[in-house]
Amino acid sequence: MAYDGKDKVLEELTGKSYEFGFTTEIESDKAPAGLSEDVIRMISAKKEEPEWLLQWRLEAFAVWQTMEEPNWPHLNYQKPDYQAISYYAAPKQIKQLNSMDDVDPELRRTMDKLGISLEEQKRLSGVAVDFVMDSVSVATSFKGKLAELGIIFCSMSDAVKEHPDLVRKHLGAVVPTRDNFFSALNSAVFTDGSFCYIPKGVRCPMELSTYFRINESGTGQFERTLVVADEGSYVSYLEGCTAPQRDENQLHAAVVELVALDEAEIKYSTVQNWYPGDENGKGGVYNFVTKRGICHRRSKISWTQVETGSAVTWKYPSCILKGDHSVGEFYSVAVTNNAQQADTGTKMIHLGKNTHSTIISKGISAGNSHNSYRGLVQIMPSAENARNFSQCDSLLMTDTSGAHTFPYVEVKNPTAQVEHEATTSKIGEDQIFYCLQRGIDAEQAISLIVNGYAKEVLNQLPMEFAVEAQKLLSISLEGSVG
Amino acid sequence: MLKINELKASVEEASILKGLNLTINPGEVHAIMGPNGSGKSTLASVLAGREEYEIEGGTVDFDGVDLLDMDATERARAGLFLAFQYPVEIPGVSNINFMRAAVNGKREHEGLEPIKGKAFLDMVKEKAKLVELDGRLRNRSVNEGFSGGEKKRNEIFQMAMLEPKLAILDETDSGLDIDALRIVSEGVNAMRSPERSFLVITHYQRLLDYIVPDVVHVLVDGRIVRSGGKELALELEEKGYDWIKEDIVA
Repeated sequence: MAYDGKDKVLEELTGKSYEFGFTTEIESDKAPAGLSEDVIRMISAKKEEPEWLLQWRLEAFAVWQTMEEPNWPHLNYQKPDYQAISYYAAPKQIKQLNSMDDVDPELRRTMDKLGISLEEQKRLSGVAVDFVMDSVSVATSFKGKLAELGIIFCSMSDAVKEHPDLVRKHLGAVVPTRDNFFSALNSAVFTDGSFCYIPKGVRCPMELSTYFRINESGTGQFERTLVVADEGSYVSYLEGCTAPQRDENQLHAAVVELVALDEAEIKYSTVQNWYPGDENGKGGVYNFVTKRGICHRRSKISWTQVETGSAVTWKYPSCILKGDHSVGEFYSVAVTNNAQQADTGTKMIHLGKNTHSTIISKGISAGNSHNSYRGLVQIMPSAENARNFSQCDSLLMTDTSGAHTFPYVEVKNPTAQVEHEATTSKIGEDQIFYCLQRGIDAEQAISLIVNGYAKEVLNQLPMEFAVEAQKLLSISLEGSVG
Repeated sequence: MLKINELKASVEEASILKGLNLTINPGEVHAIMGPNGSGKSTLASVLAGREEYEIEGGTVDFDGVDLLDMDATERARAGLFLAFQYPVEIPGVSNINFMRAAVNGKREHEGLEPIKGKAFLDMVKEKAKLVELDGRLRNRSVNEGFSGGEKKRNEIFQMAMLEPKLAILDETDSGLDIDALRIVSEGVNAMRSPERSFLVITHYQRLLDYIVPDVVHVLVDGRIVRSGGKELALELEEKGYDWIKEDIVA
């Protein structure tokens, strides 16, 4: 069945180590392993937080202690020992920086290796980057320009200090601390993240972008992101991730909350490329993320994700369509290779009248990996004339990989229209041969076919991100057909 | 251009080609006709390098090199083109991007730089005229939602883009109405040249009214049992294949 060319490529590429697997030597200020009230107090004190936030964390911790890690996902992994993790690490250099010249050269080099040097980002793409390394933001650009429009884009720590009312009003409003095991944990120990506020009627003139990077061995990352789009505003937010290679599992339990007020629109795009572990699944990042947005009247939230990394992914970016005429969208490409496992999808909760949601999910499974789509479409009694369209496609690259679909639909209003389409296909030998016969090599053929398959989703990404995502898909699947 | 000597091939343990001999000189058009199951499409697939087919013996010389020693991509880049009987759909991949990857693959083989955008688009425009492939079809996903005739025209368009030394047309006439047949044939005829050879596989004599062959072969049970001029095709049309089969038995 296999083509010689492909076998050769497979050999070459499985031997290829993770491209972004380097670490940066910076001393860090690290908490001892384990989680207790004292550790939470220490985190809060280190971050000079107000009392209300400390209390909020402590409540979350109390709730978390009563909860159990979920067993329902179609995932099989060694559950982390939560007392073996260090919950706080900050690069030593945390003083305020006025320009890029003040940034530690070692950090600068890391950013260069990632291909996201701030100068270049500034010069070429006009993207404001809030670079997060081990929980504390070290550089934020374009702040001035955004400030002119009244847009706030800063680290969560700064937001807590500078915009406490906004943070207090919205933090935990979309994802309550007790929502799930991981969101409770995140609420107790989150160290940093991004905060974004777009004032009434303002259209954010650039893509806001945050690069996350896990860098300290044995530290989990607990990012907290809050995006608030005030009435009639628009923002496109990009999140991209790479992580250095590690030989132990790294836990990531982020929470992202989006608030789209009346007639606002938030476009949230993610390209996730964390270390997936070796070909046997050893090492690699555990990605347990809670992402949810709330849509008020005539507002729209659109999630787009390209997931290629992590050993285990548990992630369901969701929309609560509370306001009448609000719109929720979810576009996803999830690639799993080798021993990776992903259980990902979305929830669309229709509460308002005439609410619409669209779900386009494209799973790609290679190697011995397992890729599950899990989605919930819930039409509540109040949601007159709600509509949903879901399309869940799975592409299998090998005979040893698995694709699973768990679509849940709950309709409590008879005026609802819900459509669900699903397909599973194996990458076509005929398609590959057709490409080969035209003089296209096996590797490029697979790249073309897979990118074509995922095109509907990739088209949703902002231009510069789409190009990056295409490359990422190809890299993730090189030599993976068998 | 092509010299096939005692070629034997099987698929899933079933022997299909049983010692096939065929020589095509540069600039010649050869037609292969034969009843269903005689091995016509197998011959096309084996020459193009499909891996499901097991080569059990014989040699194939393609313009001085051992064809059987190359993989499918190398054969294509060396100038062998197969117009598929059933062109494959590739959703989400535009015809243009597909052809650009193909053209650049060939250029890489020839030691050339990737083609520049403007030059490529000019080339597309020029070649598309040959088979009246309009802009809409050029920009759509490869063969997706194309009618039978559009798919076949797209095959000839691709052939024109890649300018092969040897083009194999595998039942290109199947599923074509008379207008599409004319367009496709005119495209092929426009590409005939002293350096380019064609192997036309067909069931029907009709195609050969448009693409007039230099030699007609009859393939029965994995061997070429008779060769002749274009009048052989007319004879087959009239009498069917049975008389040839009877001839062989006798």
